[in-house]
Amino acid sequence: MSTVSLTVNGKPVSADVESRTLLVDFLRETLGLTGTHVGCDTSQCGACVVHVDGTSIKSCAMLAAEVAGSAVTTVEGLASNGTLHPIQEAFREHHGLQCGYCTPGMMMSGVDLIAQNADPDEQEIREWLEGNLCRCTGYHNIVAAIKSAAATMGGAS
Amino acid sequence: MNDTGIGAALRRKEDARFITGRGRFTDDINRPGQAYAFIVRSPEAHAELGAIDTTDAESAPGVVAVFTGADLAADEVGGLPCGWQIHSKNGTPMVEPPHPALAQGRVRHVGDPVALVVAETKAEARAAAGLVDVDYRPLPPAANLVQARADGAPLVWDDAAGNLCYDWELGDAAATDAAFEGADHVVTLELTNSRLIPNAIEPRAAIGEYDPSADMHTLYTTSQNPHVIRLLMGAFVLGIPEHKLRVVSPDVGGGFGSKIFHYAEEVLMTWAAKKVGRPVKWTAERSESFMSDAHGRDHVTTAALALDAEGAFLGLRVKTDANLGAYLSTFGPAVPTYLYATLFAGCYTTPAIYANVKGVFTNTVPVDAYRGAGRPEAVFVLERLVDKAAKMLGMDRVEIRRKNFIQPDQFPYQTPVALEYDVGDYEGTLDTALELADWGGFPGRREEAASRGKLRGIGLSTFVEACGLAPSAVAGALGARAGLFEVGQVRVHPTGSVTVFTGTHSHGQGHETTFAQIVSDRLGVSADQVEVVHGDTGSVPFGMGTYGSRSLAVGGSAIYNAVEKVIEKGTKIAAHLMEASPEDVTFENGSFSVVGTDKSVALGDVALTAYVPHNYPEGLEPGLEETAFYDPKNFTFPAGAHVVEVEIDPETGVVELVNVCAADDVGTIVNPMIVEGQMHGGLAQGIGQALLEECIYDDEGQLVTGSYMNYTMPRAADLPYFKTGHNITACTHNPLGAKGVGEVGSIGVPPAVINAVVDALSDYGVDHMNMPATSERVWRIINGAGG
Repeated sequence: MSTVSLTVNGKPVSADVESRTLLVDFLRETLGLTGTHVGCDTSQCGACVVHVDGTSIKSCAMLAAEVAGSAVTTVEGLASNGTLHPIQEAFREHHGLQCGYCTPGMMMSGVDLIAQNADPDEQEIREWLEGNLCRCTGYHNIVAAIKSAAATMGGAS
Repeated sequence: MNDTGIGAALRRKEDARFITGRGRFTDDINRPGQAYAFIVRSPEAHAELGAIDTTDAESAPGVVAVFTGADLAADEVGGLPCGWQIHSKNGTPMVEPPHPALAQGRVRHVGDPVALVVAETKAEARAAAGLVDVDYRPLPPAANLVQARADGAPLVWDDAAGNLCYDWELGDAAATDAAFEGADHVVTLELTNSRLIPNAIEPRAAIGEYDPSADMHTLYTTSQNPHVIRLLMGAFVLGIPEHKLRVVSPDVGGGFGSKIFHYAEEVLMTWAAKKVGRPVKWTAERSESFMSDAHGRDHVTTAALALDAEGAFLGLRVKTDANLGAYLSTFGPAVPTYLYATLFAGCYTTPAIYANVKGVFTNTVPVDAYRGAGRPEAVFVLERLVDKAAKMLGMDRVEIRRKNFIQPDQFPYQTPVALEYDVGDYEGTLDTALELADWGGFPGRREEAASRGKLRGIGLSTFVEACGLAPSAVAGALGARAGLFEVGQVRVHPTGSVTVFTGTHSHGQGHETTFAQIVSDRLGVSADQVEVVHGDTGSVPFGMGTYGSRSLAVGGSAIYNAVEKVIEKGTKIAAHLMEASPEDVTFENGSFSVVGTDKSVALGDVALTAYVPHNYPEGLEPGLEETAFYDPKNFTFPAGAHVVEVEIDPETGVVELVNVCAADDVGTIVNPMIVEGQMHGGLAQGIGQALLEECIYDDEGQLVTGSYMNYTMPRAADLPYFKTGHNITACTHNPLGAKGVGEVGSIGVPPAVINAVVDALSDYGVDHMNMPATSERVWRIINGAGG
């Protein structure tokens, strides 16, 4: 057991965790932030993607203890003051989700892509999503949603 | 008509919670005092179960209880029932072995549940499971269809000789023999339909809870049909009457068939919660899903098509061995029989058809319905045969199909394999697809690709499928042990907003929006004034759930009929308020009017009157709430034409999809955005089967493809943007004209992909290849190293 202090979705958090506790379990079980999902046990599906200090990571592949002092953002922290993030708007507008299970990871991953590449083309988006599985949409509308979100966020030429 | 009615591409109501992380999936739910379960599973494909020593596990930290099959037997817990009984061609019923929730006596596949550990935490349950000492005495396995059907094969069940569950037939054998005798050409094909693992991204989960004060059981589960689970588990397994058992399927993260079935874990959690006096929660790890979710497909088939000199189809003969796995899953026996061989007419006028299907037990996970369920297997057989026939006769692949299509003026069309198609326009749908794909421009593209050293191919499939399960009496005559109607309840509240209760379940299909649009369209209220409730036996009257693309055609029709009843009652109230005769009152755009006058009263006023019945028709009950049970008159028959164009790099064998076009006739479209999304998803799964996915067991029955590290799921970069189109003919026998869209992609596209690959490889003497067309297999063909 050790005490971990960090910022989650802009709020300071401090909790005792076992050293083996995964970040995803810490978020879901300790903090009750169940928007971050678990879809596999081999770090392949990306349903658990969150941001640590602004960079997308798979929270099933990181220990809670590793993020001490960091700023973590989950899907619950995407909207601000009741206003949806452009990627949330884009996923709804472009029907980028069906069952909604992979969606948080897809959106968190997409936001990081746009941060790194303000105007990604279709192929860049598809390759970036290499670590995110979706079984419902065939990715068609997810790719379209991320492209659209990038444009809204000002990157598109 | 209003802007949230039928035909509007309304953005989904349910998205608000999913995009903000507020979805409520089963694993998101935690009950007060909850303990956690971990299931000990067999590492052996086939073994006698010797002693199970639970002593160390029971004394491990945090352990609440450890249970084995003996504990279930002591409590007289029943086995998991099968929902469909098939009879062999000699009239004997299928072999129906027991299916205990924890193995008793023998284990029969890797992943077969052996013991249940309940502990304070998930980690403690998992750790203690490793201390359960099981004496497995390995037996030789029947690990696949070939092994299971070989002479002297090990028997999965002692009373299933030759590992046969049934030996079933459909069609007219004598007429088919005669057709072949009179034929000018006979095309034969041996093929497999690869085994698939459904892989909804949300792993299955279940929480059992028991309230002794009310003697009430509650099960939260990742199910596509909570009422079916309540019926099966309550009546056949645990002996709990329906009024003491509530089954809740909250948000469910994809199903694709795999979450239809009644699973052991549902029984174990419900039973254990009462045993230990606490809620008990189980969530599958993905590697558990691979070895415990029902798998799909897995056929070995020999087929032959007889043709006359001009290419008209005269007869079709199909023999299939279908893998059912070690136990009969809920609908397993029906999938390779009534959901498969009934589709062998396809969209063609083949007059004589005979199919023989052997259902085979193997030491593998049970096989059951997976997106398409029997129909992709049938269409793959047909569309590969048709392409091979065209090649053999030197006919154009499009023309041979056109020549054999059932024509629009031939409907209703009785096929030789039990179905009566109500309506269709196969030629129109084909034309739509050919135009989308620029079929005519292909030779130029092939030439251009060749100049770059690439092999370019184009392929198509034209198909019909059967959805809208099902007319209950027909299904019952075919062996179904349940009714297959659907229930819709429409409650108009005093102030005019509406709650709809549906027995279908939405796990990605967008029912909360689509069904609201149906109500909006007919009642004239905005869709945002309509709440759709599903997935809870505690609030929805009854239902058969969501599978086989049935929700709109059957569940939507039930809602439609309930709305009609609301209007009928509302008309009586409105007539009273307007001092008119009900016969003179019409309802349109949310308003009741007296014909030929300017008198009208809004639905909201009628609703308020129904709940404040001071000035009210004599003898009429207060309230404005109606329920409809809709039992369909026939199946529905979505149809489509899919065209795929590929480019193969001969150096690597990599198949690149350069164009995927799907034109489908899905009947009336309520929400075109959702319909397109459904088509996309089906196409991706069909392409996954055609190019990437394959479940592999080794000869010892070990699951080789047991994780995402070695089972190839389609990823974003494996797929292109899809081109979709429609050519709609409305279903003639349901009030919406709906047919179903959930499965068209996974049914139609696999043969189109393989036909394209075979076309691209035409210079290499290839006339067939089995799925998946991986780069390795394609490379081997190109390099003469065997496919």
